Amino acid sequence: MEHDHIVRSFDDDLGRLDAIIAQMGGLVERQLADAMQALVKRDVELAQTVIDNDVLIDDLETQVDQQTINILALRQPMADDLRSVIVVLKMASNLERIGDYAKNIAKRVLILSHMEPVGNTSQSVQRMAGLVQVMIKNVLDAYGTLDIHKADDVRLRDQEVDRIHTSLFRELLTYMMEDPHHITACTHLLFVSKNIERIGDHVTSIAEYVHFLVSGEMPADERPKRDLSSQTTLE
Amino acid sequence: MNLPIQTQMSNQTSTGAANHSNHKVTVRNVNVFYGDKKALENVRLDIPAQQVTALIGPSGCGKSTFLRCINRMNDVVDGCRVEGEIKLDGEDIYARGVDVVHLRARVGIVFQKPNPFPKSIYDNVAYGPKIHGLVSNRTEMDEIVMTSLEKAGLLAEVQDRLEAPGTSLSGGQQQRLCIARAIAVQPEVILMDEPCSALDPIATARIEELIDELKENFTIIMVTHSMQQAARVSQKTAFFHMGELVEQGDTTEIFTRPKDERTQAYITGRIG
Repeated sequence: MEHDHIVRSFDDDLGRLDAIIAQMGGLVERQLADAMQALVKRDVELAQTVIDNDVLIDDLETQVDQQTINILALRQPMADDLRSVIVVLKMASNLERIGDYAKNIAKRVLILSHMEPVGNTSQSVQRMAGLVQVMIKNVLDAYGTLDIHKADDVRLRDQEVDRIHTSLFRELLTYMMEDPHHITACTHLLFVSKNIERIGDHVTSIAEYVHFLVSGEMPADERPKRDLSSQTTLE
Repeated sequence: MNLPIQTQMSNQTSTGAANHSNHKVTVRNVNVFYGDKKALENVRLDIPAQQVTALIGPSGCGKSTFLRCINRMNDVVDGCRVEGEIKLDGEDIYARGVDVVHLRARVGIVFQKPNPFPKSIYDNVAYGPKIHGLVSNRTEMDEIVMTSLEKAGLLAEVQDRLEAPGTSLSGGQQQRLCIARAIAVQPEVILMDEPCSALDPIATARIEELIDELKENFTIIMVTHSMQQAARVSQKTAFFHMGELVEQGDTTEIFTRPKDERTQAYITGRIG
C-alpha cells in the first residue's frame, strides 16, 4: 500500500507492517503447498520441514503484534490508517491460524504415509486444497492492490470448498463403514479435509477485512455457507 | 435561565421560539469577509444541544472565525462582515435590535490562553453576574461564585484563598477560573477556542473531564488543533478547509471513515 504522510517515519512504520504481512502471506502459501505435496507424494521429510517452519510464521505474527502496538501507542492512527493497522493485526492472526492448519496436515502426513491410500479421496482433498490456495493468493493480491471486488469474489468462493468438504465427509464415512481397517486413515483424512475447510474460512475472514479496509464497512450480507458435514449421516 | 437576545422581544423567552429540532444553533449560508478577502464560504451547520461539537482544520481554515460569529465577537473586528443566518434557539442573532451584550451572556467564550482579570479569584467569577445585574445581594453572589467554581472543578483548590489574585493560579487553574467566569452568567452555549493548547497533559485532562461534565448543562462548541482531543471529548465534528466546511458528522464516523478526501488527508496527517 502507498503511504504519503507528512511525517515520513510513520510511512516507514506502516511500510514495515506491510512487508511483514507480505512475508507471512508468502510463507503461509508455501507451507500449505508443501503440506499438500507431502500428502500426495507421501514425503515425510517435506512434512517435517513444514512442521519445523511453522515457528517462522508464529514469529512474524509476534512482530506484527508488537509493531501494531507501537503504531497505536506512538502514532495514534486515524481513519484509513487506523483501519489498515487493525486489518493487518486481524490478518496476521488469520494467517497464523492457516499456518497451524498446514502444520497439522503435515503432522498427519507422517502417519498417513505409512498407511494404504483410501480410494480416490486424495484427489478430492487436492482439488479442495487447490481452490483454497487460489483463494489465499487472490486475497493477498486483493489486499496488496486494495481491490474490493476481488476480495468479495474470494469471499463467495468459499462455498465450493464447503461443498467438497461435505462430500468428502460422506465419502470417508462410507469407506470406514465398508472396512474398519480404513478408520484410522479416514479419520486423519477427515481432519485434513476439515483443516482445509477451516483455512477457507480464515481466507474468507481476511477477504471481509480487506472489504472493511477499503470501504470502512464490513460486508453487510451474511456469507453463504455450504459446510453441511455437521448434519450429515449415513444410514 | 434564558436572557432574551432581542430587547423588543423581552416578553418572549428563547425557548418559546419556534425550534422543533434538537439543534441549539443553526447556521445557514454564512459568508464572512475580512475586507475583500472571503474567510468563510457558504457555511451550513447544525449544532446539537447539550453535546460537544469540535471544529477542526488547518490554521487559517476559518474555524476560529466561525466560532467568533456565534457570539458576534467578529463585530469588533475592523473590516469584518458576516452574511447569512445564524440562529440561536430559532432566533437570528444578527437580526436588527439584538442586544449583543445579552447574546454574549447566553453564548460565553473561553480563549486559548487563560486570561483572568487582574482581580481576585472571587471577583473574576463575580464580575459577569454583577454587570448583568443577576444578583441583588452578597449572599446570592456568594452562591453563584461558589457554584460556578464548583462546576468548573476548581472550588476545592481555591476555597481558602478566594481573595488571592486570579493570576496567582497555575495555568490549568487559571483556565478553569475562566470557565467558572464564563458559566457564572449561566450561559446556554460555551464557545472554546483551543482551551487546552497552553496547558500540560494533566491540566488538559482535567479540562477535558470538565467539558464532558459541562455538556450535561451546556452546548459546547470547541476549536481544537488536537485531533485526539476532538476525538476524546466531542460527539460531533466539523472539518473546515480553506474557508469551506468540508464535512460534518458524528465524531466516530469522521475519525474512522471520513467521506471527503480532504478530511481523510488532514486527520491522517497526509499532504493534502
